[in-house]
Amino acid sequence: MTATIAPYRPPQQDGGDGFAPLLHAEWTKFRTLRGWVIAIVIAAAAIAVVGVLLPASGQSHCGSRSGAACLALVPTGPGGEAVNDSYYLAAQPLAGDGSITVRVTSLNGLISAGNGGFVGPNSPPPGTMRPGLVPWAKAGIIITGSTRPGSAYAAMMVTGSHGVRMQYDYTSDIAALPGPVSAASPRWLRLTRSGDVITGYDSADGRHWTEVAAVHLAGLAGTVRAGMFTTSPLDFTPNFPTYAEPGGSLSASVATGTFDDVDLRGGAPGGRWAGQNVGAIGANYAGPRIGLRQAGGRFTVTGSGDIGPVVAAGVNNIFITGTLADHLFGVFIGLLIMIVIAAMFITVEYRRGLIRTTLAASPRRGRLLAAKAVVIGLATFVLGSAAVAVAVIAGSRIAHDSGIYVLASGWPIEVRVILRTGAMLAVASVLALSIGAMLRRSVAAVAAVVVVIVLPYILGVSGVLPASASEWILRVTPAAGFAVEQSVPQYQQVVGHYGPPDYYPLAPWSGLAVLCVYAAVALGLAAWLLRRRDA
Amino acid sequence: MTIARHGLPLPAGTARTERALAGLPDALRAEWTKLRTAPGTAWILAAVCVLTIAVGAATAAATRCGGGTGCSIDPTKVSLTGIEAGQAVVAVLAVLVISDEYSTGMIAVTFTAMPRRWTVLAAKAVTLTSLVLAAAVVAVAGSLAAGRLILAGNGITAAYGFAVVSLAHGPTARAALGSVLYLALVGLLSLGIATIVRDSAAATGAVLGVLYVPPVIALFLGGEPTWQRWAERYTPMDAGLAILNTTGLRDLVISPWAGLGVLAGWAAAALLAAGLLLRLRDA
Repeated sequence: MTATIAPYRPPQQDGGDGFAPLLHAEWTKFRTLRGWVIAIVIAAAAIAVVGVLLPASGQSHCGSRSGAACLALVPTGPGGEAVNDSYYLAAQPLAGDGSITVRVTSLNGLISAGNGGFVGPNSPPPGTMRPGLVPWAKAGIIITGSTRPGSAYAAMMVTGSHGVRMQYDYTSDIAALPGPVSAASPRWLRLTRSGDVITGYDSADGRHWTEVAAVHLAGLAGTVRAGMFTTSPLDFTPNFPTYAEPGGSLSASVATGTFDDVDLRGGAPGGRWAGQNVGAIGANYAGPRIGLRQAGGRFTVTGSGDIGPVVAAGVNNIFITGTLADHLFGVFIGLLIMIVIAAMFITVEYRRGLIRTTLAASPRRGRLLAAKAVVIGLATFVLGSAAVAVAVIAGSRIAHDSGIYVLASGWPIEVRVILRTGAMLAVASVLALSIGAMLRRSVAAVAAVVVVIVLPYILGVSGVLPASASEWILRVTPAAGFAVEQSVPQYQQVVGHYGPPDYYPLAPWSGLAVLCVYAAVALGLAAWLLRRRDA
Repeated sequence: MTIARHGLPLPAGTARTERALAGLPDALRAEWTKLRTAPGTAWILAAVCVLTIAVGAATAAATRCGGGTGCSIDPTKVSLTGIEAGQAVVAVLAVLVISDEYSTGMIAVTFTAMPRRWTVLAAKAVTLTSLVLAAAVVAVAGSLAAGRLILAGNGITAAYGFAVVSLAHGPTARAALGSVLYLALVGLLSLGIATIVRDSAAATGAVLGVLYVPPVIALFLGGEPTWQRWAERYTPMDAGLAILNTTGLRDLVISPWAGLGVLAGWAAAALLAAGLLLRLRDA
């Protein structure tokens, strides 16, 4: 018979074995190294100072006014967002409920030939425009609260190359019948109003109708305008296909929609269709073609401009716009310093043999790593968020005062961007700490964290790579975390340059999730190695 | 008392202290022995090759061109993307060459044996450069071969007007030679900075900061084209990597060789400052 002898285990001691003393010990180690504290404060200062100072240059001018006074001219939609609202409208008043039905038989357009870099209304001389239709040229019917730019509206339309759409209140876009419109395959469109609810229908034959959507437009006036409209955004031909750097030529465009079988119900008896160039400042073509022509029951409406939200680096923007991301340039520099410190937070213990003392004091190695992760994560989150808050809040106010329209500003968005970016810095620091714990040597760890986190970001945003490669890098590497800087949504119905610094291929939280996966895997691997290896 | 040195009898008297870089062969042999026998060196050189080729190959694999027309891809530049990653490893090697001696106290022994500090620095620079050049040749050749195979598989072929990655193509040969020299110059710049900073981790951070921060700053200076052009023309990485371009040379803010010259200037300045500080400071 064999007796098993239990090995001697010292009795558990109170106070010495908990997680809190471990945290306190690690915090003391971090806080008492003057070089690290200075470095992390420099990191935070870089985020704040660069974010406030770097973009704050220049002053916008509009007529005799300049700076923030110009911003009063920017139309804003029902949701408070900046919008483009320029089109040619042929409309009648519609009091109370009613409907409008039309048949669209064609949508044609002209594009100014070779007008690189031009923005703003112009009138190209005759003969310099070639036939062509931009993808988001629009012709259709609209019910709008008023002809003041930024009014609530709902519209059914045919487009240049995106089929029939129903759009309302600038940001919403619903796909309906596909395919282009022509005399051989016309499109019937209908909008009905019942109180605040507008319902859109389309049909390919005028008999069988499909409801596209019923939308609620808050606060629609009793008497609205119902009619036909046409508009055509600037033509954009990218010529430098990198992800980060927008490049291409912009050309004025104008489109003409042809309508017949027009049926307005609920309008004033014997009402006439009155033409109006709504929001003419946003039209990119101002030549003589613009207008309404009527022959029998056939209407041709010719217009230029766009109805839709303003996006950062959108081709149709007529005002200088900015985003919160413009003030986050310094985050990259702050991140570089923070991850170097995070990696060294563990590697320096190996250099001087302190790790043996540390492990003698707290033999549970997983816990030790967790304590270090909490300390470095909290320190970078708190300092990083504070610095980002200064950059975003002060930076966007300064930009606003110099006449830059900051898209998607306001407290809820600012707070989200601040906390997300702080979290990104913290998670990246934990990833760096884990790499440090795995590699144990300062030089190797510092180089590794820079190559793993910073280099992909540079390759992704600097435009040295083709767009496809940059986009891929910003999806699958830890640099995906930089997506947290995005504050403005992408709209597929608006042509623009959807690349850094304003846009990333992943949504903010998805990008942060990618970084978190890397950090979690690295932390797990580091804990496993720490347990398995001799110190 | 005479000190016998490895293989060389000590010259008599004080007549040996004539030239500025006297004793360079001895110093070279000493540095070569140190670098050769350090356990990490072979691994780091292998890492330069593997990382450069892997990043270049991954980038080439992610490079698509819808239908093959209408996009301006520079196949050589895409294939050599890995240089941007490989240079970090070169920097690590260069930092270790000097910082390791400071962290272990070996530097005191080195300077006792070879009191001429310029000679020591020159010897370190020469040994480092020869190793980096050897690794860079492998890395660049491997990257170009990988890029040639992968890009062709992605439809980036001569049929669509893209230059095939081949050393027979003049600009590609220049990019290949230039990127080998680029890595060597990054090594020298790193050696200079590390000698100035001394601490290994801080030196690595400083070198990588000098390399990687200006390109991003330049990117965000888009609203100030003058500053942006200045940054792209005179910062070590942006200017030096101009050598990678084989297409669109007319649009470059600095010509390929001039860009490499700017990097060489940075490296020379760093080494000069390092040498002066070595002379002035106590080890």
